[in-house]
Amino acid sequence: MYQITCPHCGPRAQTEFTYERTTDSVVDPASDAATAMQALFTRANPMGLDDEIWRHTYGCRAWMVLTRHRVTHEIHAVKAIGPEALP
Amino acid sequence: MSGPTRTPSGEEAIPFTFDGTTYHARPGDTLAAALLANGVGLVGRSFKYHRPRGIMTAGIEEPNALVTVGKGGRAEPNTRATDLFVYPGMVATSQNRWPSLSFDVAAIFGLAAPALSAGFYYKTFFGPAKHWMRYEGFIRRAAGLGNAPTEPDPDNFSQRAGFCDVLVVGSGPAGLKAALEAAEAGSRVMLVEQDAAPGGSLLRDPDPAIDPAAMVEQIKALGGEVLLRTTASGYWDHNFLTLTQRLAEPGAVPPHGFAQRLWHVRAGRVVLATGLIERPVPFANNDHPGVMLSQAVRSYVRRWGVLPGKRVVIATNNDDTYLTAQALVDAGAEVVALLDARASGPAAPAGVTVHYDARPSSVSGRKHALRKVTAVIGGSEQSFDADLIAVSGGFVPVSHLHMQAGGKLTWSEEAQAFIPGETPQACETIGSALTPPAAPAIAPAGKAKKSFVDFQNDVSLADIDLAWQEGYRSVEHLKRYTTLGMATDQGKTSNMVALSRLAEKQGVSVPQAGLTTFRPPFTPVTMGLLAGAGARNAGAHVRRIPLHGLHEAYVPIWQPLGYWFRPRAYPYADENLAQAALREARTVRTVAGLSDVSTLGKFEVSGPDAAALLELVCATTVGKLAVGRGRYTFMCREDGFVFDDGTVWRLAENRYLLTSSTGGADRMAHVISYVRNSLRPDLKCSVVNVQEHYAGIALAGPRARAILAGLIGTQPPRHMGYAPGVLAGVPVHVLAASYSGERAFEIHIEATHAAQVWRAIEAATRAEGGAPYGLEAMELLRIEKGHVVVGGEVDGRSTPHDLGLGSMLNKAGGFIGAAGLTRPALGAPNRNNLVGLVSLDGPIPEGGMLIQRSGQSPQGHVTAAARRILEGGAIALALLQGGHKRHGEELIVTSPTRGEKARVRVTSPHFYDPAGERYRD
Amino acid sequence: MKTPYSAFSLLRGALNGQKHWEPAWRDPEPRASYDVIIIGGGGHGLATAYYLAKVHGIRNVAVLEKSWIGGGNVGRNTTLVRSNYRLPQLHNFFEFGLKLWHNLSDDLNYNVMFSPRGAMFLGHNDGDMIKLAERGDAMRCDGIDAELLSPKQIAKIEPLLDLSRSARFPIDGALIQWRAGTARHDAVAWGYARAADALGVDIIQKCEVTGFVKDGNKITGVETTRGRILAGRTGICVAGHSGHVAGLAGLRLPIESQTLQALVTEGVKPMVQSVVMSQSLHFYVSQSDKGGIVMGGDPDNWPSYARRGQPTIKEHAIAQAVSVMPALSRLRMLRTWSGVTDMSFDGSPIIGPSPIDGLYLNAGWCYGGFKATPASGWTYAHTLATGKAHELNAPFSLERFMTGATIDETAVGPMPNHR
Repeated sequence: MYQITCPHCGPRAQTEFTYERTTDSVVDPASDAATAMQALFTRANPMGLDDEIWRHTYGCRAWMVLTRHRVTHEIHAVKAIGPEALP
Repeated sequence: MSGPTRTPSGEEAIPFTFDGTTYHARPGDTLAAALLANGVGLVGRSFKYHRPRGIMTAGIEEPNALVTVGKGGRAEPNTRATDLFVYPGMVATSQNRWPSLSFDVAAIFGLAAPALSAGFYYKTFFGPAKHWMRYEGFIRRAAGLGNAPTEPDPDNFSQRAGFCDVLVVGSGPAGLKAALEAAEAGSRVMLVEQDAAPGGSLLRDPDPAIDPAAMVEQIKALGGEVLLRTTASGYWDHNFLTLTQRLAEPGAVPPHGFAQRLWHVRAGRVVLATGLIERPVPFANNDHPGVMLSQAVRSYVRRWGVLPGKRVVIATNNDDTYLTAQALVDAGAEVVALLDARASGPAAPAGVTVHYDARPSSVSGRKHALRKVTAVIGGSEQSFDADLIAVSGGFVPVSHLHMQAGGKLTWSEEAQAFIPGETPQACETIGSALTPPAAPAIAPAGKAKKSFVDFQNDVSLADIDLAWQEGYRSVEHLKRYTTLGMATDQGKTSNMVALSRLAEKQGVSVPQAGLTTFRPPFTPVTMGLLAGAGARNAGAHVRRIPLHGLHEAYVPIWQPLGYWFRPRAYPYADENLAQAALREARTVRTVAGLSDVSTLGKFEVSGPDAAALLELVCATTVGKLAVGRGRYTFMCREDGFVFDDGTVWRLAENRYLLTSSTGGADRMAHVISYVRNSLRPDLKCSVVNVQEHYAGIALAGPRARAILAGLIGTQPPRHMGYAPGVLAGVPVHVLAASYSGERAFEIHIEATHAAQVWRAIEAATRAEGGAPYGLEAMELLRIEKGHVVVGGEVDGRSTPHDLGLGSMLNKAGGFIGAAGLTRPALGAPNRNNLVGLVSLDGPIPEGGMLIQRSGQSPQGHVTAAARRILEGGAIALALLQGGHKRHGEELIVTSPTRGEKARVRVTSPHFYDPAGERYRD
Repeated sequence: MKTPYSAFSLLRGALNGQKHWEPAWRDPEPRASYDVIIIGGGGHGLATAYYLAKVHGIRNVAVLEKSWIGGGNVGRNTTLVRSNYRLPQLHNFFEFGLKLWHNLSDDLNYNVMFSPRGAMFLGHNDGDMIKLAERGDAMRCDGIDAELLSPKQIAKIEPLLDLSRSARFPIDGALIQWRAGTARHDAVAWGYARAADALGVDIIQKCEVTGFVKDGNKITGVETTRGRILAGRTGICVAGHSGHVAGLAGLRLPIESQTLQALVTEGVKPMVQSVVMSQSLHFYVSQSDKGGIVMGGDPDNWPSYARRGQPTIKEHAIAQAVSVMPALSRLRMLRTWSGVTDMSFDGSPIIGPSPIDGLYLNAGWCYGGFKATPASGWTYAHTLATGKAHELNAPFSLERFMTGATIDETAVGPMPNHR
């Protein structure tokens, strides 16, 4: 059972988390339609690292960005996001 | 076998039956040991050719001796007799034979063996698919081994989480030592052993310096956990392992009702002391009863006091087998010959003749027993009278868990084996798995066609050669084409023999020929164990509304909605669902009714940027609402399609309440959280999911306002207004919104106080002649009114314009979905639009297809069917291509699957009070 | 000329130790150029090559496979074949394929063991039953077989289902497609390979595409681990690895790769006659000809190429299956496996020209690619032969995501992890 290290809770079983989407697929409602649809409907889907938005849904419910390798599943970085994480 | 092979000692106190005959076993006997002790040599029939089979091994790698054990719903087919410890009253039967083990009609397939080579079924059985299914019927009945029980499983299965600093797998000498050392160093230790007794190889080759039972006691005394009959089944990420523990033997009644336990263990580090499995030797008829692995013979002799043969030939390529010769001699057997395939070997026991450059080429006998062993010695043939041949082709380290952990293997040319190497996880292999004895590669002697590699699936060396000839040359193609390694023993005794043959054909070294992936489970795992308690409820909990108990008293018809249960109707004694729903709906239209709407999604959004957040999530305006006012709203996905609808209310200057549908509530919560935390964390607002915090009661009907006024002591808010109030002494939110088409109010109460509020409303409503109404009546009401519902008209493929909501879109844009809506296909003509249908015949089948003429492709479908509540007559809501422009057209609704049809006329979806006069002020 | 497969030939082999069989396909060196290169030697790629040769007479074709043919998802699926989809673009496409399935063994002279034993969707409440009737009605109106079954009728086909009313999700009925069923997945790949090879197609294994060759704005070939190979047209057909290979051409696709697990139990005598799926629970069960119960469930809902899933996903699917069919309880899970699924952003495939001249796409099969093998191969062959989509795969264009003409069977929208 894969573990993800939540920035608030520490290492927890992957079943406590849900994957949302990649950071580059986030649709900014303020952007023009063409850019928005490009972001929504295309992915790099690499056999390597990508930045992904996840949520600790069944734990503290906070959101985070993981830099994760799609083949080895190694997590290279974890960054909390959300209002509490604003500078 | 020519009779019992163990002198009774008086301990044979455990009665059991095998194929209807009663035998007795000693405590600690496996079924295999007990059968051998009682002279039973024929135990099963092979999968394809139904060849007679006996007991080949003494462990979990057994490919032949499979039985069904136990009765009724706890019977376990395909149980290895070598991995089953006898208990009083155990009932075991052989499998895959008819009418009996000794006379099996299907053995005739053996005669057809030359035609039934690997993959033969790909080359024949042509013709129409129905033809194939006829042959397939025979094949399916011949295939499979045991029978699944048909009665329900009477036992339970438990699951437990475990945490430890050190998990040691295997209680042989290395594992015991590692576990004790770790315990002495103060670590939390778990030691697991799949056997019923600790000791591993010590049970077969005792060492006077090591007392396994005493060491186990020491480990326990230091706080360690020692689990017997427990297999480490899977090694997952981050040192997480699944263990399967037998709390009772297969088929036995478990003492506390739990047959097995599944452990989910997170370990600091893992020590694999999993040992070796012996490798068989290919020669003609090497599947015959009386052919056994050497260490197995030694186990039967030393651990169980059983002599599996009295005149024994030994065939080997390594030194370990000489210990078997000694054990047999010590037990009083005659070792007729020791065939060593090498040029030289160690000293043999006294009286044993060793032949070098000697390999077995065939054996023969009757089906129960071996008679003769023929060998090729230095090029010439020689035969021996024997009733047992103990073979060893070398040893294979048990590296499955190491590989599952992501480990690598290194090749030992000396041992002709793969040894566990480095691993990316905190895991190490110790013990004999790292040091298999030297055992050179030996070319097999004897006919390839009869030299079995995968015993259970009847795959021979000739089959491997045929696969090669036909171009199935990678190891994966070889396995799949011949099915070798795919039987219940998972290739434990066949993989390396096959790989050696393949490497030889490929002209490369064994490691270059490739290896297949190791995946869990290490040994097969009971499905009920993996299901656990979830087998009783499909793993689905029940979500109860706050007033569940109160509704239950009415004995309603319940409606499952995801994990919720909601009252569908409250029928009187003689009413069916349709009658109850119609009565309830009529009551709402003419007097008043109350209904439970607690499961609606509800969110409180507060702060200076609350409206800004809501105008992202909702596709309508929100910011224009005055305090105390609300409006209908809907939400789009980023691709522009409507996915939910609800209402939004401004409770105070910077405080809003958003409601949404029951079905979409969890998704809505997720979307709002995503917007708030990920998309716009800069917004100054807070969002609280209050779905389960508030219970909701809808009070609807022409008398609703008067009833509510009486309860709260003031005039209720006007349509689409909000006001707080006190009802039955409880603070409530009153929202004036209509779903039913009558004047209506949604009353939201903090859930723990909901019951008294419901009772007060109900009493007042009944006093006026009203009554509670359920979901079915709600459907009748909202369909007649033309309100869309998520999962019906809001089907995830409809735009706001399709649903007639286009005029409500926030013209300033900027909401989620605005960009998606600009895509050309979402604004194209002839999209599926929401329409109403009035029947010109009888009832309209819900889900039916809309067509113009018989035989045409559908142009739409019926999303909701109902009848006019007061006027009567069948109506429906539907999605129809270009529907907005087709009012007045006559079409047909057809349901071929239900044999129903109706002619209909297309109308506006708003049948009842389209102008809203019933509730507008 | 290959020896045809037949019972007679098999018997002949009984007398000569089966020595007369030739390799099922050649192992040729790649040539410098071909009319068509198909990247990916799975079921779809091999089927495409076969139909290019058989239907269009285009035999100067190479199938390039990075490892060994049939080693991807065609080698590790749950073998279900059906056309019982709600949306017409899908059920018409799969129905075309189903008709090909019914004659496939004879067409290929290789027994793919296609067994139309029936595939049913169980309904657990009134809402499910109406959705099933709707699906069945949509199919029937387009000439595809679908029948509603009552619990009594279900019991006759699958007596081991829990049809009691006290089940957590009681069975109210089912929608069955009798002409649907299962097939032997490896045989499909090998059958297409043997037949394509016999028509002159070069199947090149151990040949991984590492880049594309461009001439101006047109793709004119590929770079591989076995050298450069030029092509008139190049078709990508690599399922879960579509994102990776398309990325070599600089394309981003509406696809995210996920892990899907499946399992098989030890073989037992016949106990499940048809294919059993559920409208609202997430599992599917059938029994292979060797007796093992084959089943699967939800995907691991996060991007991965690792072919390694989490244990709790399987445990949940097994709980659902055992709840619905309690007789599964004492069987033993024997083997598990995982594949990489190419999840598209409306759940439907992409078959058609790419934005780059000379390059074509066949991807986005999610977890439903096996049943599509003949239809996918046939339509992709048409597309590669003519440069344009056939009527059957025209709806499955890459452009539909930008135009909004998406074909979303489960109607959950563009996020694969919500599927």
